[in-house]
Amino acid sequence: MATTTAVAAPPAGLRRHLGKPAQAATILVLWVLAWLLLRGRDTLSLAPADLTPLHRWLNDLNDSVGASRNSNPLFLYFFNEIRAAIDAVVTFVQALISQPSYGRPVPVLGWLGVVAVVAYVSWVFANWRVALLAAGGFVLFGLQGLWVESMDTLALTLAAVVISLLFGIPLGIWAGLSDRFHRLITPVLDFMQTMPTFVYLAPLTLLFLIGPASATIATLIYAMPPAIRITAHGIRSVPESPVEATESLGATRWQTLTRVLLPLSKRTIVLGVNQTIMAALSMATIAALIDAPGLGKTVIKALQTLDVGTAFNAGLAIVVMAIVLDRVTTAAGARVDKAGPPSRLRRPLVALLGVAAAVCCYLSYTYVWAAEFAGGAGLGSALARGADAVTVWAQDDLFTVTESVKNTITVLLLDPLQALLVESPWWLVGAVAVAFAAVLGTVRVAVTTAACVGLLAGTGLWQDSMMTLAMTIVATIMVMALGVVFGVWMGRNRHVDRILRPALDAGQTMPSFVYLVPFLALFSASRFTAIVAAVMFAAPVAIKIIADGVRGVSATTVEAATAAGSNTWQIITKVQLPMTRQSLTLAANQGLIYVLSMVVVGGLVGAGALGYDVVAGFVQGELYGKGLAAGVAIVLLGILLDRIAHAAAQRSATTPRSAKP
Amino acid sequence: MNRTISNTRTTRRLAGAAAATTITLALAACGGAKVGEPTGGGSAAAGTCGTFNLAVNPWVGYEANAAVIAYVAEKNLGCKVNQKDLKEEIAWQGFGTGEVDAVVENWGHPDLKKKYIEQQKTAVEAGPTGNEGLIGWYVPPWMAEKYPDITDYKNLNKYASMFKTSESGGKGQLLDGDPSFVTNDAALVKNLNLDFKVVYAGSETALITAFRQAEAKKTPVMAYFYEPQWFLAELKLARVNLPPYTTGCDAVPQKVACDYPKLVLDKIVSAKFAAANGPAYQLVKNFTWTNDDQNEVAKAIAVDKVKPADAAKKWVEANQDKVKAWLPKS
Repeated sequence: MATTTAVAAPPAGLRRHLGKPAQAATILVLWVLAWLLLRGRDTLSLAPADLTPLHRWLNDLNDSVGASRNSNPLFLYFFNEIRAAIDAVVTFVQALISQPSYGRPVPVLGWLGVVAVVAYVSWVFANWRVALLAAGGFVLFGLQGLWVESMDTLALTLAAVVISLLFGIPLGIWAGLSDRFHRLITPVLDFMQTMPTFVYLAPLTLLFLIGPASATIATLIYAMPPAIRITAHGIRSVPESPVEATESLGATRWQTLTRVLLPLSKRTIVLGVNQTIMAALSMATIAALIDAPGLGKTVIKALQTLDVGTAFNAGLAIVVMAIVLDRVTTAAGARVDKAGPPSRLRRPLVALLGVAAAVCCYLSYTYVWAAEFAGGAGLGSALARGADAVTVWAQDDLFTVTESVKNTITVLLLDPLQALLVESPWWLVGAVAVAFAAVLGTVRVAVTTAACVGLLAGTGLWQDSMMTLAMTIVATIMVMALGVVFGVWMGRNRHVDRILRPALDAGQTMPSFVYLVPFLALFSASRFTAIVAAVMFAAPVAIKIIADGVRGVSATTVEAATAAGSNTWQIITKVQLPMTRQSLTLAANQGLIYVLSMVVVGGLVGAGALGYDVVAGFVQGELYGKGLAAGVAIVLLGILLDRIAHAAAQRSATTPRSAKP
Repeated sequence: MNRTISNTRTTRRLAGAAAATTITLALAACGGAKVGEPTGGGSAAAGTCGTFNLAVNPWVGYEANAAVIAYVAEKNLGCKVNQKDLKEEIAWQGFGTGEVDAVVENWGHPDLKKKYIEQQKTAVEAGPTGNEGLIGWYVPPWMAEKYPDITDYKNLNKYASMFKTSESGGKGQLLDGDPSFVTNDAALVKNLNLDFKVVYAGSETALITAFRQAEAKKTPVMAYFYEPQWFLAELKLARVNLPPYTTGCDAVPQKVACDYPKLVLDKIVSAKFAAANGPAYQLVKNFTWTNDDQNEVAKAIAVDKVKPADAAKKWVEANQDKVKAWLPKS
C-alpha cells in the first residue's frame, strides 16, 4: 500500500516539519525495524482446509436458505416474480435474434436482418463510419462460425444492459441530486463491483434458479454500478450558474431536472451507458458457468481440453463485439454534443434506409439463406490454428526468458514485500495502514482504514489477505510503469494511439480464460502468473487514462517549454507528467480496482491466498462460508486502498500550485 | 459550410448505395428455400419420456457420460434432453428446484451427499457408473524413466531439491490442482515427513499445462492428478505409490498417512425423478460402462475435437449390446 500511494502521491506541500513522502518513508523504516523484531508473531494464519466459526456459520446460513426455498413466502412471492419477469425479457430478446422461436426452427431475425438493423441504428445515432464497422464486425461473427453463440451473448448482454439502465439511470440521478443518497449508495456500489462473482453465483441460482434470469442478474450486479456512478457524476458536474438561473426563474425541481440537468449531462450519461455495456460483456464467460448460453460457453468448453485456438476464436468475437458497441455508443455520445443542423437530404434518407433495413428483416424472416449464416467457420478454424501456432511457439521458445523474469521479480520484489506483510503481527500492519491513512489522508480516512483492518482480521483470513495484498501491490506497480511509458507515448503521438488502442481494447475485453493456458506454460503455476494476468487486464485502463491526461496538457505550455530550450525528456518529466497528476492518480486507482477484480482468476493459476479461497468456496460446499469471507476480504482490501489513494490525491490536489518545484 | 457540403455529398452517396442494396436484395430474394419448409429430415420417434434435464459438469469424462446417455435417451427413448452446463454444487442445488434430473459422474462428494441426500432429501443415489476414480500424485513419464525409484514415496525426499520453484519456499513443490477434488496432500506431506510444500495451482488447466511443459522441457514436476482423464491418453503419467490404503485410514483428515482410496464414481438423481420412474430414470439407473469405454469417447472429444454428440453416436453404434442392457424393460 505504501508503494501504491507513493506512486500516486506527487510531492506536496509541507506539513509540520516533514514533507509527506518523508513521513511515509519514516513509517516504512519503522515498520521494517519492528518487523525484524516481531517477525512471525500474531500472523493469524489459517490452513487452506481449515475453517473458523464465522465460516461455519455462513455455511449454515447458506444451507438454511436453500432448505427453505420451497416454503418461504419471500421465495414464492418475491424472487419467483422477479425471475419470471427477467426470464420473459431475456426470452423475448433471444426469440428475436438467437433462439428458435414461435414454432420456427430459427429466430425471428436472421443474420441479414440483424446486420441490417445494427448498421441502420448505428448510422442513425452515430455516423456511417461506425455503421460500416458494426456491419463488418457482425458479419465477422458469421465468418468465424460463431453467429448463434454471438447472438446469444448479445441477447443476454442487451437484456442486462436494458435492465441496468432502467434502474441505474434513475438511481444515478437520485445520487446526483442527493448527497445523502450518494453517501449511502457508494459503498454498495463498491461492494457490487469488487465482490468476486464466484461468491454469489451459487446463491443466485438458489434464489433465481438456473437459467437466463440468474445469468442476467449476475451480469447486472457487475454492470449497473458504472451507470449509477457516471450518471451521478454527470449531474454533479453541471455548472452552478445555469441551475441557479433556472431556479431564479421559478422553475420547479422537476423542470430544473428535465430542462437543465439532464440535457447538460447527456454526454456523460452516454459514457455511463458505454461502460455498462463493456462491464456486461466482460461477464459473458463467468455467466457460462451457470449455463448462460453464448460465446462464454465456447471459451469454457475449449478450456476443458486446453484448446487455446478455439477459446481464442470465441474470445476474439467478444472483443469485436465490445469494440463495435464501444465505438457506436462513443460516436453516438459525440454526436449528442455537436448536433448541427441536419442536411436537407437526411430525412428522406433515414426513411429510405429504414425501408431497406426492413426489407432485409423480412428476407431474413422468410428465407433460409438470410436466416442462417451458411458456410461459416472457415475463418474461425484458421484463426484457431493461428492462435495455436503462436502459443506453441511462445511456449517453446520464450520459456527460458520468461522463467528468469519470473524468478527475478519474485525474489527481488514479491518475496520481500510478502515477507514484510505476512510475517508482521497483524496489529503492526494495521497500525502502519492507519498511520499511512492519517499522514496521506485525513482523520476520517484513518478511521475508515482502522475499521477495514478490524473487519479483515474478523474474516479469519488475515494472512491470505496479506499475501493477496502483496501481489496486488506488485501488479499495480507494474501497471503504473506500463501506464506511464505507453500512456506518455500514446499521448504524444496520435499514430501510436491509433495502432495501440485496439490492442488495449482487446486486453480489456478478451476473457482472461483464453490466455491462462499460454501464461501458465510461460510462467508455471505461480503468484507471478496471477500478477501477469492482472497486469494484462488492468494496464490498458491505466494507459488510456494517462494518455488522455497527457493529451489534455495545453499545447501552449508544451510550446513554451520547447521555446525555452527543453528537450523531449525534460518536457515529459518536467511538464507533461507533473501536469497530469490527476490522471496519474486516477490511473493508479482504476488500475488497482482492476487488479483486485483479477484476484480470483489468479487463484486459478497458482496465486493461492484469497483467490484460491474464493474458487474453492465456489466448488466445495463445505468451504462456501470461507469463500464468502474471502470475497468480503477482497472488497475490504479494495475499499481500504481506494480510500487512502483517493484521500491522498484530494489533498495533493488542494495544495497550492507554488509548492511545485 | 464545408461540413454541410461534404455531408450532403456523403448523404447522396449513401442514398445511392441504399437504393442499390435494396434492389439487389429484392432480386436475390426471388430464390432460396423458405424458413419452416420441410427439409426432408425425419423427426425423432415420439415417446412417453418427456423432458429430461441432464446436468453436464465441466470435465471431459463427465461430458462423455452425458453425451452417450443423452444420445440414447433421444434416439431410443424419444426424450427431449436439456443438457445444462453446470458446476457440481450448482447442479446438486438444481435437484431441489426441479431444474436438474440427473448428475451422471459423481466423484465422492460426501459433503454434497450429506447435504442433499440426507438433510434436504432432494436427491438419491442411482448406482455406480462402472468407472473407477483414482486420485494420487503423478510425475511425467521422462522422470519415471530416468529416476525409476521416484514412484516410491520413501525416495521422494532424495529428489526434493529438484522440485524447488519460486513458490515452494526452499522445499520441493507438490502441485495441487482443481479445488473441486478433496485433497489430503497437506496432511500427507506432514505425516510422511516429506520435504515438500503443497502449492495450490487452483485449476485442472494449470495441472495439465504443468505436465505438458515438464515433459516437453524435461523439467521436474510432481502434481495431484486423477484418472480416468483424457490427458492420460496424451501423456502416460506415472503414479507415485503412497502407503497403501486401508479402510478407515483416512478417517481423521489431519492424521492421514495413506494413499487415496479407489473411488467408485456414481450417479445421483433428483428424488422426484426417481419416484416418477420414467424411461429416462431407468436409463440413468442402468447405465454402466468401463474406464476404457469412457476413455474412448473422451479422447474423441478432447484430442480429436469431435463434437460430443457425434462421438457418442459412434460409440453407441459400435456397442449396441451394452446399450441394449441399459434400456428400460417393457
